Amino acid sequence: MDDMYQHGVRGWLAAPVPASAAQARAQQIWLGCKRFAANRSALAGLVFLLLLVIVAWLAPLIAPYNPFQQSLAARLMPPSAAHWFGTDELGRDILSRIIYGTRITLYIAVLTAGIVAPVGLIVGTIAGYFGGWIDLVLMRIVDVFLAFPSLILALAFVTALGPGIENAVIALSLAAWPPIARLARAETLTIRKSDYVAAMRMQGASHLRIIWSDVIPMCLPSVVVRVTLNMAIVILTAAGLGFLGLGAQPPSPEWGAMLSTGREFMMNAWWVAAMPGIAILLTSLAVNLAGDGLRDVLDPRHD
Amino acid sequence: MRQSLLEVADLNVSFGEEDERHHVVKDVGFHIGRGECYGLIGESGCGKTTVLRAIAGLNSDYDGSILLDAQKQPKARRGAGFLRRVQMVFQDPYASLHPRKMVEKVLREPLQIHGFDRQRQRIDEVLVQVGLDPSFRYRYPHELSGGQRQRVVVARALIMEPEILLLDEPTSALDVSVQAEILNLLTRVQRERGLTYLLVSHDMAVIAHVCQRIGMMQHGRIIEEMTSEAVRNGQAQEQYTREFLDASAAFAAALEGDAT
Amino acid sequence: MGFAMYWIPAMTEPLLEVENLRVRFAGNRTGRDAVRGVSFRVGREKLGIVGESGSGKSQTGRALLKLTPRSAQVTATRMRFRGEDLLTASERRMREIRGRSISMILQDPKFSLNPLMKVGEQIVEAYRVHHQADQKTARERALKMLEAVHIRDAERVFSLLPHEVSGGMGQRIMIAMMLIPEPDIIIADEPTSALDVTVRRQVLSVLNELVEARDTGLILISHDLNLVASFCDRILVMYAGRVLEEIEARNLRNARHPYTRALLDSLPRLDRHVDPLHVPQRDPGWLDGPVFGPEERS
Repeated sequence: MDDMYQHGVRGWLAAPVPASAAQARAQQIWLGCKRFAANRSALAGLVFLLLLVIVAWLAPLIAPYNPFQQSLAARLMPPSAAHWFGTDELGRDILSRIIYGTRITLYIAVLTAGIVAPVGLIVGTIAGYFGGWIDLVLMRIVDVFLAFPSLILALAFVTALGPGIENAVIALSLAAWPPIARLARAETLTIRKSDYVAAMRMQGASHLRIIWSDVIPMCLPSVVVRVTLNMAIVILTAAGLGFLGLGAQPPSPEWGAMLSTGREFMMNAWWVAAMPGIAILLTSLAVNLAGDGLRDVLDPRHD
Repeated sequence: MRQSLLEVADLNVSFGEEDERHHVVKDVGFHIGRGECYGLIGESGCGKTTVLRAIAGLNSDYDGSILLDAQKQPKARRGAGFLRRVQMVFQDPYASLHPRKMVEKVLREPLQIHGFDRQRQRIDEVLVQVGLDPSFRYRYPHELSGGQRQRVVVARALIMEPEILLLDEPTSALDVSVQAEILNLLTRVQRERGLTYLLVSHDMAVIAHVCQRIGMMQHGRIIEEMTSEAVRNGQAQEQYTREFLDASAAFAAALEGDAT
Repeated sequence: MGFAMYWIPAMTEPLLEVENLRVRFAGNRTGRDAVRGVSFRVGREKLGIVGESGSGKSQTGRALLKLTPRSAQVTATRMRFRGEDLLTASERRMREIRGRSISMILQDPKFSLNPLMKVGEQIVEAYRVHHQADQKTARERALKMLEAVHIRDAERVFSLLPHEVSGGMGQRIMIAMMLIPEPDIIIADEPTSALDVTVRRQVLSVLNELVEARDTGLILISHDLNLVASFCDRILVMYAGRVLEEIEARNLRNARHPYTRALLDSLPRLDRHVDPLHVPQRDPGWLDGPVFGPEERS
């Protein structure tokens, strides 16, 4: 038993007394991973997402056909051995298009999260930490954004900026940061009154240092969780934009756009709409499950 | 008479909005000489912790003066010069350590802020002084017991080599046996470093153990100042102080046994 | 009986008998049960259970009323209240017993009182749950009870809401509420820890007065050796889930278990200066070592 723990990476991770900061941190992460893995549905969600990443990365190798290759002779073919998911109205292979579409979906989701989390975190912690007029101004701005449903807001921005995938990302981010800022602010309000922040002030730490080293690490878990849970909404909104013809432009194989064109053929070729629909559904479900698991691991209140 | 190191004069603190303002601390004044331990005792809500936080500069909304070495301190943020000389130990070690910071980081940050040299060495030294093995530096708070956490809190206060420690009920969140450990630590460090203490507590036995002079607070005022000998001999002038002493002594007497 | 080491004053009939009580939490990390083989009897007397955090004292109190969390498994060779087996009692029967026969006072009245209901109404309700009485009689009883816990101006206090009363008064109201159904035993878990020193004594003397007047059994659970020693007849000292020593309160200073001694010595004293304070060294042998009971005294 003891022998097992004294050797290799496992032993290093299980050592009762960490010998360096890196080891201590690695041990914490390892413990977190173990707890995450104990949650079966979260694990399933994560596995599915990893699968998506691999699929997006290896798309040219996996996809059986060129996603843009039209074949009018093979229009609206039902699922078969040759075309597992069938073909669309221009005879393109739907499976290949969904495989390539993964890249677009992940691109949108990751980029939006990458913009939303820092912006929301910075605005929220600054508003909550300083309070007073800074809080007032920032939160009124947040209120303005929150007053509109996110799809409407995104629509307005896309209309102003012009359709296209980059503009869709910007529009989605603009619509998604205010709730994150709200959340970060609420967390900050309790954190700034805590004794450990008082202790930092007693040590002469600057506001910036306190926000960076005390407030943000405490807000981060809930923000990360919220962002991952939001990711499902972002994917759906992106699909919605695509569906309305304001996101990725044809012929790019964006799932929402595919769903939109599939609508016309719903009656006699259900698979054209159903296949991208299922892809959207499964991806948002996986993101939600993984996000839930992440909350259990990261949120200190669940310890 | 020795020159006082820390002096508080006419301190008044109020909380709340205009129409519903609570006057929490009223005309509080006292002075502490170098190397002396002064205690503020009173029941919850008597304003003792508020006094401490005003001195620490954690609450700048006060009237009156706080003098360090006869230098009046500004009400706004305390300067680095003040903070290097005055540090604080908080009541609840579960709340005063950042749950996601390693002991190492907790102790290194003040050194970085004030540009100390030999950081690694200083961290090891202070850990040893508070009775923790240097291997504790890579632990997170949740891996430590209550007593160990409070030792880290004391270490954090000591690492800047201050002259004055403000102690806010440093043992009231701890078990009896751990309380003894921490009190021993505090008295030992005080002797070794010649520190000056301002201790706030509701426990007369704790205050009398650590302090030489004691201020009894009630409703935001210091109603009486006594020496710890006077407290041990039950000599109190004010009616309220006598009641307080009786209440504290009644429990202690039980340990002696009534059957003597 | 075997190793059981409890001791009963000759005069009191045992109300509650506990033998070999164990509380085990599913998936705890220490690998040790929260309560490990605790045995005692309580009659119409004041029994104190002292221990530090994690000693299992609160879990013992809760197990008696079967109020342990779901993740806990409670076993005992015997757990009887006036001869009735509590281990096999149905949840319905337990609800009758709680409050009517055994009631519990918790640390902070803020969390035990309904914040939206007048305190008087809550006392009335506590009475009517267990006694057939019309509103008027119940109200009179409640007012009388408020007077019994030394609340002046009971009429006024009756119609206050919990947030309008101070901590000390809140705890006296709790006592009134817990005593009005006239239970046989009261379990008080740290009843004064949230209160100030001067108020503490007042609340305890009220509790004492009522308990003695009604001949109610009391189990006082606390971390505070001073408090338990000054208040109880008999003390159980718990450590790591076990009772290490059972002793009469007036003999506490003659305690023989090294842990009890260490606890006594670790307290800073008001009458003389002890420096440094004695710090208890925990002996792993205590985990399963001998239990010190009063009957072994020679």
